Amino acid sequence: MSQSPTTSPTQDYDPSAPLLEVKDLQVEFRTKAGVAQAINGMNFTLNAGETLAILGESGSGKSVTAQTIMGILDMPPGHIAGGEIRYRGQDLLSMKPERRRKLRGVSISMIFQDALSSLNPVLPVGWQIGEMFRVHHRMNRKQARQKAIELMKRVGIPAAEQRVGNYPHQFSGGMRQRIMIAMAIALDPDVLIADEPTTALDVTVQAQVMRLLKELQVENNMGLILITHDLGVVADVADKIAVMYAGRVMEHTDVFSIYSTPAHPYTKGLLESLPRIDAEGDRLSTVPGLPPTLTDMPPGCPFNPRCPYATDLCRTDRPELLPVADGHTSACHYREELYAGTITAREEVQS
Amino acid sequence: MTEPNKRAAASAAVDPAPAPESKPKRSSEDASLWMDAWRSLRRNPWFVISAILLLVLITMALFPQLFTDQNPRECPLSRSRQDPSAEHWFGTDIQGCDYYSRVIYGARNSMAVGAIVSLTILGIGIVLGLLSGFFGRWIDALIMRITDLIFAIPYILGALVFLAVQQDRGVREVAFILILFTWPTMARLMRSSVLAVINNEYVMAARALGAGPFTIMRRHILPNSLGPVVGYAAVYTGVIIGAEATLTFLGVGLQLPSISWGLQLNDAQGYLQQMPHLLVFPLIFVGLTVFAFTTMGEALRDALDPKSKKR
Amino acid sequence: MSNPNTGAQPDPFADSEVVLDVNDLVKHFPVKEGILVKRTTGAVQAVDGVSFKLRKGETLGIVGESGCGKSTLAKLLMRLEEPDSGSVTFRGEDFLSLRGAALRRARRKIQIIFQDPYTSLNPRMSVGDIIAEPFTLHPDAKPAQGVRSRVKELLDVVGLNPDHINRYPHQFSGGQRQRIGIARGLALNPDVIICDEPVSALDVSVQAQVMNLLEDLQQEFGLSYIFIAHDLSVVRHISDRVAVMYLGRIAELGRDHEIYGAPAHPYTQALLSAVPVPDPTVRGQRQEIVLKGDPPNPANPPSGCRFRTRCWKATDICETEDPVLEVRAGTTQRTACHHAAQNEDVSALD
Repeated sequence: MSQSPTTSPTQDYDPSAPLLEVKDLQVEFRTKAGVAQAINGMNFTLNAGETLAILGESGSGKSVTAQTIMGILDMPPGHIAGGEIRYRGQDLLSMKPERRRKLRGVSISMIFQDALSSLNPVLPVGWQIGEMFRVHHRMNRKQARQKAIELMKRVGIPAAEQRVGNYPHQFSGGMRQRIMIAMAIALDPDVLIADEPTTALDVTVQAQVMRLLKELQVENNMGLILITHDLGVVADVADKIAVMYAGRVMEHTDVFSIYSTPAHPYTKGLLESLPRIDAEGDRLSTVPGLPPTLTDMPPGCPFNPRCPYATDLCRTDRPELLPVADGHTSACHYREELYAGTITAREEVQS
Repeated sequence: MTEPNKRAAASAAVDPAPAPESKPKRSSEDASLWMDAWRSLRRNPWFVISAILLLVLITMALFPQLFTDQNPRECPLSRSRQDPSAEHWFGTDIQGCDYYSRVIYGARNSMAVGAIVSLTILGIGIVLGLLSGFFGRWIDALIMRITDLIFAIPYILGALVFLAVQQDRGVREVAFILILFTWPTMARLMRSSVLAVINNEYVMAARALGAGPFTIMRRHILPNSLGPVVGYAAVYTGVIIGAEATLTFLGVGLQLPSISWGLQLNDAQGYLQQMPHLLVFPLIFVGLTVFAFTTMGEALRDALDPKSKKR
Repeated sequence: MSNPNTGAQPDPFADSEVVLDVNDLVKHFPVKEGILVKRTTGAVQAVDGVSFKLRKGETLGIVGESGCGKSTLAKLLMRLEEPDSGSVTFRGEDFLSLRGAALRRARRKIQIIFQDPYTSLNPRMSVGDIIAEPFTLHPDAKPAQGVRSRVKELLDVVGLNPDHINRYPHQFSGGQRQRIGIARGLALNPDVIICDEPVSALDVSVQAQVMNLLEDLQQEFGLSYIFIAHDLSVVRHISDRVAVMYLGRIAELGRDHEIYGAPAHPYTQALLSAVPVPDPTVRGQRQEIVLKGDPPNPANPPSGCRFRTRCWKATDICETEDPVLEVRAGTTQRTACHHAAQNEDVSALD
């Protein structure tokens, strides 16, 4: 599926290697206020056909992760301080820029939150979709246009033949997101990164777009990385999930365990603070306080100032991401107790 | 249901104290945006250089006696056309006047024109731009059509035509003409920054509280839209001083017996070969003044622009 | 969980005073075209015949997708826009005909909290000045204890440190700024607060803090809320009654367990079924109604029922006859649909 004619020969790829593997990734931002550790030791593996959700609030480093994998991080101020990103066994970070650029769109592709600002307003959408074929497959205009129409039909844009010459502003938000998806999947990538793909959309349209993404994933056996803050969307589509907080992965496991047996206080707090549509809630439980600024991290566990279970140990020693069950890791000193449900919150949390 | 409730109670206790402090580095209580602007200006070397330069130039315009004890109007023909020397630093001109003191005294007229014009157009620009941007509709249409009309005439051409028919041309006349042709830029700039501010929800919040249009303009719109015009007015002062020198050099600006850099340049053009210093010295001063104002304006504009501030 | 049809429990607000009575409110925005001469070529029917009552201490949630008119409705209720027709009665007084001093007095009693905590506070004013602005504009409402001490009290009420009175908005986080906005809204002891998407710009963990605060304040001061949001879970959590809006009209209006437990309008059903539930074990078991297409252009809405172009139940009558918002057979809430019926598969309640 991935053998695109213009990319580098496939014999470089290790057939036994996972589709995408991120090892101990470190990304810093060097600002006037100091060095901010935007990503601190990220690890995950993505296989074909699998969906990994990276969940986090603003500033948690989830979008930086996406940009780093895609190779579109602004450098400076961004700086990759260490780690590896392996695509089919090959390290993307040590790859020649020329070669890496050829992988972009062909092997690894990305869709963004804001479709309107991601599309060029002065070019017809058909032209923009077709550009992928002209650049990577050296097709002529007519062929590219034909391909664009096919793709627009595939992502469910009605009357594609008539609308291929329309401009982005002539489409609704949901349709623009479909156009961006069409561009992203044009060259049958193996990995699709979706950065908050439905955040700007209404719920009925969000449902349509998520369904489309899921269908396309099954059709092409793509690996999907879904960057989001929405616990509802995650529950609907993800297989695995990494919960990020202040640049670190706090918990990493399959989607069922996260909701049934969260082993990190942050995950647990987030789940409990959600208003539920299917239950008449009393008072919402909250995660008190605010996330720390990346240039001014608390000593010990980054979550300790907000954590109802924090002890002196948490204020001095930073917990590593360690296993608590098979395929379930958590960066908490009390992960075992949380997992077993044998811990109780202390009455007071110091703020 | 008991477990979550307990958690809720526990977190409610902490709720009222959200976060110790997001930015501990800026712990000072008084941290208005003007203070922030001042803080960032102080660390900007360009601002410091231009401020020192302006201070010197302004003192020169106000108290020229501090810089020279020579009388610029004492011109014995006997010492005409001397080269720069220890006694006459910038030499003497064709009439035998001490050129250094003439250049020093020339600052006053140039600065006066610059200050009068830029302060006046700043005032006109703020008022008209505010009215135009805030009320919109016919007021906006009227003001904008007038600015279009004036924009259609290149100001050097306009000034040439108007000043050429004027018999007596002093600082007042030159300033008036420059004001006439330059206020639209300021009004338009102000209007666009008003439009950028007016749709903020805090303006709507004030309206919802029943604030009248003038209260809203004064409390909410003016303080947030002033930054760009203030910076630009400083830049423009430099431009105006250059324009005054240009007009005078072309023979339609100030007239003798006034002392000004433009007049000096005008006089010097005939003796460029023999006495280049007559041209060079006033030119350096015009250049320095324009540079000082422009740099100062740029620094001000950057410091006052909330968008340029990262966090 | 309980059966949704135990909705027989009486409405706790049935006997409370009607604070706000909105009747047949209409606001159309003209669409102008042309480069030199602007001609009016149509009208966006932002709000088109909206009626409801709000009682003391009650929260009315208004949900709908973008362009349904919910934000215009908020502006009409604040008199930031003047409606084309209809009436708003505030505690027995005709709110829309008030002018001058009487309007200023009434304005004190209806306040608003905005969505964006970054643009709703003037960056050049200190927090103290922002919260004191209501007193500056309404000098006769100045507190006896002194403005500054009242502002400190308000900061304390919304959970901020009163010592931070001299700080500026940029020194606070999004959630804290939203608290400042709430303090400003509370300053004049209002009866009604219109919350226009007050938590949608906030992160999940902070969102819960602000929602709890709003609930506490309601209890403490007996406030009535109109809570406008696009997030159905948030609205469900905070509201006593819910109005679902579609293209400028109310599609369904009822108590929260009626709307969420037994929705009868096809649009409400589609909306509810589209909300992802944060529970992977129900994946694939929920019935999902995925609507076709996008909402129609509000400048050119379909004839008859406005939802008919996307509705799977639509028949000829929907095209010709405008459905009235009324209680229909088999339901207890009011529904604007000719074919209103409970759908056994759709209920947000277990």
